Amino acid sequence: MSITAIILTALVVGAVGIIVGFLLVTAGEKFKVEVDEKEVAIRAELPGNNCGGCGFPGCDGLAAAIAKGEAPANGCPVGGAPVAAKISALLGEEASDVKRMVAFVRCSGDCDTALDKCNYVGIKDCRAAAVVPGRGAKQCVKGCKGFGSCVTACKFDAIHVVNGIAVVDSTKCVGCGKCAATCPNGLIVMIPEDAQYVVQCNSQDKGKAVKEACSAGCIGCTLCTKQCEFGAITMNGNVAVIDQEKCQACGKCAEKCPSKIIRRRENKQE
Amino acid sequence: MKLATFKGGVHPDDGKRFTKDKPVQTYLPKGELVFPLSQHIGAPAKPVVQKKDTVLMGQLIAEAGGFVSANIVSSVSGTVKAIEPRVTVSGAKVDAIVIENDGNYTPIEGLGQYRDYTKMSKQEILDAVKEAGIVGLGGAGFPTHVKLMPKNPDAIDHIIVNGAECEPYLTSDYRMMIENPEQIVSGLKVMLQLFDNAKGVIAVEANKPMGIQNLQELVKNEPRIEVVPLKTKYPQGAERNLIYAVTGRKINSTKLPADAGCIVDNIDTVIAIHMAVCEKTPLMRRIVTVTGNGINEPKNYNVKIGTSFAELAEASGGLKEGVKKVIAGGPMMGMSIPSLDVPIVKTSSALTCLMQDDVERFEETACIRCGRCVQVCPSNIVPQKLIEAAMKYDTTAFAALGGMECCECGSCTFACPARRPLTQAFRQMRQAVMAERRKKG
Repeated sequence: MSITAIILTALVVGAVGIIVGFLLVTAGEKFKVEVDEKEVAIRAELPGNNCGGCGFPGCDGLAAAIAKGEAPANGCPVGGAPVAAKISALLGEEASDVKRMVAFVRCSGDCDTALDKCNYVGIKDCRAAAVVPGRGAKQCVKGCKGFGSCVTACKFDAIHVVNGIAVVDSTKCVGCGKCAATCPNGLIVMIPEDAQYVVQCNSQDKGKAVKEACSAGCIGCTLCTKQCEFGAITMNGNVAVIDQEKCQACGKCAEKCPSKIIRRRENKQE
Repeated sequence: MKLATFKGGVHPDDGKRFTKDKPVQTYLPKGELVFPLSQHIGAPAKPVVQKKDTVLMGQLIAEAGGFVSANIVSSVSGTVKAIEPRVTVSGAKVDAIVIENDGNYTPIEGLGQYRDYTKMSKQEILDAVKEAGIVGLGGAGFPTHVKLMPKNPDAIDHIIVNGAECEPYLTSDYRMMIENPEQIVSGLKVMLQLFDNAKGVIAVEANKPMGIQNLQELVKNEPRIEVVPLKTKYPQGAERNLIYAVTGRKINSTKLPADAGCIVDNIDTVIAIHMAVCEKTPLMRRIVTVTGNGINEPKNYNVKIGTSFAELAEASGGLKEGVKKVIAGGPMMGMSIPSLDVPIVKTSSALTCLMQDDVERFEETACIRCGRCVQVCPSNIVPQKLIEAAMKYDTTAFAALGGMECCECGSCTFACPARRPLTQAFRQMRQAVMAERRKKG
């Protein structure tokens, strides 16, 4: 092999490298995308799960929106107060109060308490069962179907089907609200993490119909509303609703509830 | 002779042997009658009576709650017992007027009065149909007066009377062709009076030779009416398939039959039009087939709307021991009901009672890509691709693959050798897509 061929090759490759490098540098300068430094900083503070719970396309989307002022500093439900405080600091705002929210399933009709009206043999998915006449096997059409569409929707392994109903693990729940959006019965609601007492039923049926369908259902007796000294319990149709802002966690409602569906939240026991 | 038909379709056991030779019996209700306010497509009707009011047979009890909506008329005389939510065939609780039957059937003044339709103006005929609360009795329940008022009436050149009755087990339309063919022809003539450029077509599946013969005999001297025999195939009676079979015109989900110059009405609806216009009788009754292996005496009934299915089952000798599935409607399009305590509404065509053998289930297995679902689909879509989108809950892909063209006829599920639950998945996705579109506005 002649030495000139080696030198020539090295020169040609070297020259091409220099030319391409020069082109890339000019192109990089010319087509530079202006990045808002604020946006990058905010993005760095966000959790990065890309769960979509904020309503924006992933954490990048939310960061851009916050930087533009289209979303509040506490827009990330997953990050909660610490993240909101950091972002507020970045924006030079005063940190706003953020309550951590968790999902809560408003049904306690499990395999032992809720009765079935028929055999359901279709697709094992709550949303598919909801389009069938009768909305699945349970006699209570408003109840949890237990096929776990919410379990599939949860990216944080925080909701599971236990004994026929969905149960939220508050320690893992980040409050993104995906399960609530998936549930065809609208059973899952977001409540403050420190909520003590909850009504675990969503049936709008009258007392007699509820009793025939499920032994753990709100019969609309209104005893709890009379017990509450703080006016925190109201009736929404035939089902009691606790206003967590007013609730002082005295527990009198839970004591009086004949169907025992006003409960102290299990995850709050420790 | 080559029979008119469409591409695709299936041939399930027609089950019509149970009731096709049983004359229609009139059944008079014993207990209370329930009239759900929403038994048609469109806005629910608004009640015009109150609790404890006395009502007469043929009296208006709820009026149309919007443009696409229909009146509801009491089918008996008696007292209004309650206006409260009641369970309907769909399993949901719907506000309903409950009337306690006094057993006298006292008619309202003028009921049954003869009217000569040839002397009535178009508007008078439309008003009569609207007042009578007529909706499509084939199953969809679209208000008939809305259907009879297309944007451009002169463009309508076909009025098709749907006598296909392709749904297995059902024989109500067939019995009407044998017992009341004059009323069918009369009802069609009333409709032809509304549309000057139209010709009337009575389309009947070829498995009803007696019906075809009767109707052909009657329309011999009617230049504007013809009887078209159709190939026996499910879903021949679906609106789009019927229009294609009769006229060769294709429409998709974004179009109405009127866009193809057609108006399609079921046999029983046409009879209801005849009764409303010529006999001044609003829609108070319908023909219901009680049939299947699971009932002791299968029969056809002329029933007052509002009667409970339980009463009808009792009149047919009750359900057999070990009945496995009870369906309001036919086995392909009907809705299975967990309790017989639901009222017969305007769209209830049958009560099909099936035994274990009829509904034997087989384990669902993986798709073997045989393509049978594609062969049988009357809407020319690919169910095998659609179910993949449905399993991922991908509404965009579902709509892009033409999922909204699905008419939920169930042919693909019937034909699938792997027993995949195709139709249920499609219904779910169609509703999800429609909900998304409503949200976007």
